[in-house]
Amino acid sequence: MNRPRHFNLLARLLHWSMALAILAMLFVGAGMVVSLRHRDALLALHRPLGIAILLLAIVRLINRLTRPTPALPADLPPIQKAAAHASHWLLYGLMLAMPLIGWAMLSAGGYPIPMFGGVHLPAILPHSPEVYGWLRPLHGALAYLLFLTILGHLGAALYHAWVRRDEVFGQMAKGD
Amino acid sequence: MPTPTSRGSLLLLLPIALILAIAAALFAWVGGWFGHHDLTPQKMMDTAEASGKQQPGFRRAHSKGICFAGTFSPTAEAAKLSTARAFSQSSIPVIGRFSASSNNPYTPDGASPVRGMAVQIKTDDGQEWRIAMNSFPFFAASTPQGFQQMNEAGMPDPANGKPDPNKMKALLAAHPEIAAFQAWAKTAPRSDSLGNTRFNGVNAFRLTDAQGAERMVRWSMRPRLPFAAMTADQAKDENFLSQDLNSRLAAGPLVWDMVVQIAAPGDPITDPSKAWPDTRQEAILATLSLTHVEAQADGPCRDLNFDPLILPTGIAASDDPVLHARSAAYSVSFNRREREISQGKSAYPTSQNGSAR
Repeated sequence: MNRPRHFNLLARLLHWSMALAILAMLFVGAGMVVSLRHRDALLALHRPLGIAILLLAIVRLINRLTRPTPALPADLPPIQKAAAHASHWLLYGLMLAMPLIGWAMLSAGGYPIPMFGGVHLPAILPHSPEVYGWLRPLHGALAYLLFLTILGHLGAALYHAWVRRDEVFGQMAKGD
Repeated sequence: MPTPTSRGSLLLLLPIALILAIAAALFAWVGGWFGHHDLTPQKMMDTAEASGKQQPGFRRAHSKGICFAGTFSPTAEAAKLSTARAFSQSSIPVIGRFSASSNNPYTPDGASPVRGMAVQIKTDDGQEWRIAMNSFPFFAASTPQGFQQMNEAGMPDPANGKPDPNKMKALLAAHPEIAAFQAWAKTAPRSDSLGNTRFNGVNAFRLTDAQGAERMVRWSMRPRLPFAAMTADQAKDENFLSQDLNSRLAAGPLVWDMVVQIAAPGDPITDPSKAWPDTRQEAILATLSLTHVEAQADGPCRDLNFDPLILPTGIAASDDPVLHARSAAYSVSFNRREREISQGKSAYPTSQNGSAR
């Protein structure tokens, strides 16, 4: 197979814009649950931003599955290759799962799900304290897992850029 | 293919580790793991739980409750003040909840003059409004910090089982407005029925009309039935309020008028411990007609968070810090009790005879 030297433009645009959006989302989420004053304003941002990330993640997954991607360096140790693949699919899984769990959790909690200007999303689960009681802590725990995975991803990217000085960082940072 | 000589020094792992450590520390700081949070909703709920034996699955405050159903019917006047659909839809079926103030779901009805009323209004445009009101005419403290300090000062000292009088003195010095609430609580008349209890949303909200004009208001539910004092016999009966509701509703609905006070310039918008003068312009927004009650153990109000910041377009929050803190604290209470229910730890009686109302 003829593999490209870089990720395509759509992949790079989605990668960097979603990196910003997901980091903002994680910080907003972590901050709003302990805030006495700004919970409502942060939550009003958290809900539509989460749905935007869900939509972008779907586009991104389709692009990832249907377009060729650059190869990892041939001399990369197998364990690092395995870690790269596993962490990338974990990132895809979490960026799709987090908004869906958030949406499902609000549904099960009997909460309205407002977006902007009076537009509401429908519930995707019936109102259930048992389900809410599981989904709410799961949403928080997976947020911390996502943050740690992103840290690992960032650390690995910098390792490729600064220590290995291979082509991996440039595959996402530059075009052809 | 890079050759080994083009590789960077392994010492470069140090700045990478530093960057990751800074990012992790920043995230932990924002999430309140260390540092800057002097008061969080979690701390407030910890204090509420410690105020008496917390029953799992129940609210952290106002644990004893009874669910109700009824109809919310706005007046023509209401639609002139706000574009909220709740003020233009002709008649809206609603549910709600009455509550007693402590975290004991078996507290005697006569124990405290503080009673609560919460209402959920879902309109046909898909929007939702949740209202949480209390029988006090103004809130205990100007700020959540003052309220928290009051609750901490009221906790019994482990040494002698009594609140520490020095803490109470320090509280009143730091938050003098609390003295007014304590005076109210001492002499507040307890009525013989929830049906003749007035409930006040002590926090201010902003109504926006069709022209975009904004008014700051505080609402209350004013009963059509006149006040009558709790009798000595009632005071001995822990659940007289629910029995009273049942007998009154058998004869017909109970009705409240929802009235707003409209703030004048200079009124304390952000301080719920200061009532606005009775001479303020008022408007009747709606009537609430209550037709049916059921035990909260299996009623529809049990698993709703009556978050006062769930608001439809046309109604917005003021900057009252207590209003925002209520929203944050109710969320923590809701998360904890729903978690307990999902873990099968709920203390709700399985039969209605075990009434926690």
